[in-house]
Amino acid sequence: MSLRSYVITRILLTVPMMLLLVTFVFFFIRVLPGDPARLHFSQRVDPKALFLFRHELGLDKPLLTQYFDYLFGLLHGDFGKSMVDFTPVSRQIFSAFPATLELAIASTIIMVGIGVLLGTIAAQSYNTTKDHAIRIFGIAAYALPVFFLGEVLIMVFGIFWHWFPAGGRMYPGIMPTGLLIGGKHYATGLYVLDSLLEGNIQKLYLSAWYLSLPSLALGIVMSGIFVRLARTNMLETLQMDFITAAKARGLNKRTVLYGYGLRNAFLPVLTMMGLQFAGLLAGAVLTETTFSWPGLGRYLVDRISFRDYTGIQGAVVFFGLIVAVVSLVVDILYAYLDPRIRF
Amino acid sequence: MPLLDIQSLMVEYRTLKANVKAVDHVSLSVEKGETLGLVGESGCGKSTLGLSTVRLVPFPGKIVSGHITLDGIDVMSCTDEEIRGVRGKRVGYIFQDPMTSLNPVKRIGAHFVEMISTHEPEVSKEDALKRGREMLERLGIHPQRIDDFPHQFSGGMRQRVMIGLALALNPDLLIADEPTTSLDVIVEAQIIELLKNLKASFRLALVLITHNIGIVAETADRVAVMYAGKIAELSETEALFERPRHPYTQALLNSVPNVRKKGQILSSIPGAPPDLAEPFPGCPFHPRCPFAFDRCKTEEPMLMKHNSSEAACHLYDKR
Amino acid sequence: MSNDTTRKGILISFLKPITSLAQHGLAGSTILVGAMIVGAIAMITIASPWISPHGPADINVGPILSPPSIQFPLGTNHLGQDMLSRVYSGGAIMFQVALLSVIVCLAVGVPIGLFASYVGGYTDRLASLVMDSIYAFPGLVLAIAIAATLGPGVVNIAFSIAVVYVPSYFRIIRSQVLTIKELPYVEAAHMMGAKQWSTLFSYILPNVIPSIVTIATLNLADAVLTEAGLTFVGLGLSVSTPDWGWDLTYGRQLLPSGAWWVIAFPGLMIILLAMGFTLMGEGLSELFNPRLQK
Repeated sequence: MSLRSYVITRILLTVPMMLLLVTFVFFFIRVLPGDPARLHFSQRVDPKALFLFRHELGLDKPLLTQYFDYLFGLLHGDFGKSMVDFTPVSRQIFSAFPATLELAIASTIIMVGIGVLLGTIAAQSYNTTKDHAIRIFGIAAYALPVFFLGEVLIMVFGIFWHWFPAGGRMYPGIMPTGLLIGGKHYATGLYVLDSLLEGNIQKLYLSAWYLSLPSLALGIVMSGIFVRLARTNMLETLQMDFITAAKARGLNKRTVLYGYGLRNAFLPVLTMMGLQFAGLLAGAVLTETTFSWPGLGRYLVDRISFRDYTGIQGAVVFFGLIVAVVSLVVDILYAYLDPRIRF
Repeated sequence: MPLLDIQSLMVEYRTLKANVKAVDHVSLSVEKGETLGLVGESGCGKSTLGLSTVRLVPFPGKIVSGHITLDGIDVMSCTDEEIRGVRGKRVGYIFQDPMTSLNPVKRIGAHFVEMISTHEPEVSKEDALKRGREMLERLGIHPQRIDDFPHQFSGGMRQRVMIGLALALNPDLLIADEPTTSLDVIVEAQIIELLKNLKASFRLALVLITHNIGIVAETADRVAVMYAGKIAELSETEALFERPRHPYTQALLNSVPNVRKKGQILSSIPGAPPDLAEPFPGCPFHPRCPFAFDRCKTEEPMLMKHNSSEAACHLYDKR
Repeated sequence: MSNDTTRKGILISFLKPITSLAQHGLAGSTILVGAMIVGAIAMITIASPWISPHGPADINVGPILSPPSIQFPLGTNHLGQDMLSRVYSGGAIMFQVALLSVIVCLAVGVPIGLFASYVGGYTDRLASLVMDSIYAFPGLVLAIAIAATLGPGVVNIAFSIAVVYVPSYFRIIRSQVLTIKELPYVEAAHMMGAKQWSTLFSYILPNVIPSIVTIATLNLADAVLTEAGLTFVGLGLSVSTPDWGWDLTYGRQLLPSGAWWVIAFPGLMIILLAMGFTLMGEGLSELFNPRLQK
């Protein structure tokens, strides 16, 4: 199948999955007796105020109408209104998302970096002490609750030695403004990138400085699984016949390792990255709470404490959306890079 | 001086459970331009023997003792750089499974360029590609296909590509490890024919490792029969087929059905090859040998010369 | 005849790994180490009512926030509770939640997996679609959403963890069933007149059990971490129940004032328990799917 038809098929497959997710979340939130409005108010509330509240959020309409309204709204990017202050949930989500994205990207870089490096070393020195030590590291890193590691890092590097900030995303009052074109600013929301676009070295340094500990915490914990996956992948690749055949042609070690080993192992690594992404987001929720990082994860946790059910619903749906999009991109990228699928 | 000289080679696979002697005190030699057939069942150590000539025995295998001299170079004691220089340039290697022996993410041209530039760095990329195309043409493949990926070729074509790569630098010796086992009979015949032609035009010495005696009959000058890691019989091809000495060789030849004879009973060798992890004393073939006697159970037979052939069997050891 | 082979099959699949543990070098010792860690923690937890110097939920048994000392080897927290006692008994909830979630997964995931993949067709496709959707989703987020909706409680938390993990069971069972279904000896059995259900039990189930056991141990490890995570996020159980997760949450707030012992020791226990289960799971998977056979 050609690349184009693969892409189209893949996209079409995503739609029912998204639909399933939204439906599930929508009805699940309403599974308990009493409706979300009543659950939102923990104490007794004036019936008239409740009535108005319900009306404002459209919760007085029949269930199916609410459902289709919601679906329709989603297509327009409307996630409903927050129960706390009736502001559009979409606005809250879109302002929180870039922070999570930045954290995810930075953590992925660390995760892949550590994972591939250690995995390759372990695969090369198979069954030696080095190999076992790396495997144990992998298991230990994953068993580490990310918030525990985060707290340790904050304690040691943030409070004890003041090398890094103990939380937050940026020095208060300073925000990167992004690219300046014709008088207007275009920002991505990713502070490091925006500082680069703005050309401001101080902001670049500051945003990277704040990003360091959170991404380190998340990256190390996620690298636990990744090291083991990369190691297995490398081991399998190194056992393949074409490696021996390449050596028999007299190619030197470096060429064999990189041109034959890594390049063939690379594609599965890409898939693994895609698979780990969901786990990364899950970890991001805890990391953001630990470091007071203003991302989507912390948004979700806050919404829970406020019992803001529209907010919770919106955040969960959005998480699903991101995962679906990312896995779609990874699959397409894989199809593009693997010549076997192309023809 | 022989091109390849193996003296009393011993290769072991060391695992947690046991030490397996895959190659047990084997001595062989191959002269320039000669074709040696190496025959035996799966697991008898012939592939390991082939790989040890270029020091590519996979972990957990280890060359324990013996000498291998390849075109004057001592394979055991030379440096990594030296043996790497030999591989591909002085010795070409063809593997059994062409499906998995080529790098799936590289084009054929890239394979050639990589190999040529590793051993002859002064050659330009265009020249290397040109040589690659010439080689492909020689092997009956359209030169334009040098830009294709391995998966776009059929099994037989891929094997030709492998042969092309093995011969790209004009080596003196070609080691073919089961080159046709994974191919169907028709393609197999083509490849064997191809090898014969190439051998003549490149003046190659060829070590043909296979479990199919039929191929060996038509291509080899001499044949070595291996069993349980040891050489059972070594002789000139004609002599081997007309007067096989070792009972194992006899049994092997008997088990090949003759197409012309009708109403044959399919004969096979009773029993199974020994588990190399649990060696026993005496001749390794004695449990299955119809001629075994007492000495066979206690004393391991040495390879003894008798006329033009050598056999490791007490039947011929009149001491 | 089929009943005998079934029972023998299941029995063998249980005994085989245990007897060959000794032979299987590294994998065996990994399982052993993991099992010992888990076993030790389990025993401490069970014995906690008798070995705890103080009641874990009793407040003001000692000075508030005192560092580790001879009297209080692991220190005290902000409520004057003895950290040692809390560490001894804090695992109870974790074990309960983890085991309960595994039970739910086994009760739900295994039958669905077996049935859907054996029957094939649209049932299989539908089940796969649902399971893949759940699987692709960030686990903790889903668990948070479910726990937030259902409210606190051991059963609810176990349920949310189970929902997140069922797809893993489903996938592994499905891949096994699909392979085994096509194997010649199953076809042969059918041709000899074996009924559908009996082949399911006597051929497929015994072969699937090793994978289920492996996934179950990894499930346990994940459950421990997820329970800690949920508690950290505020969805845990009531404060009066001693729980390592709670100690971590409170310990976090106490950290800036220098009281590192409140968070450190419970945290260490969580890590150890999760590692123990993971080691078992890793060892088991290495045992049952030995890669790199030379």
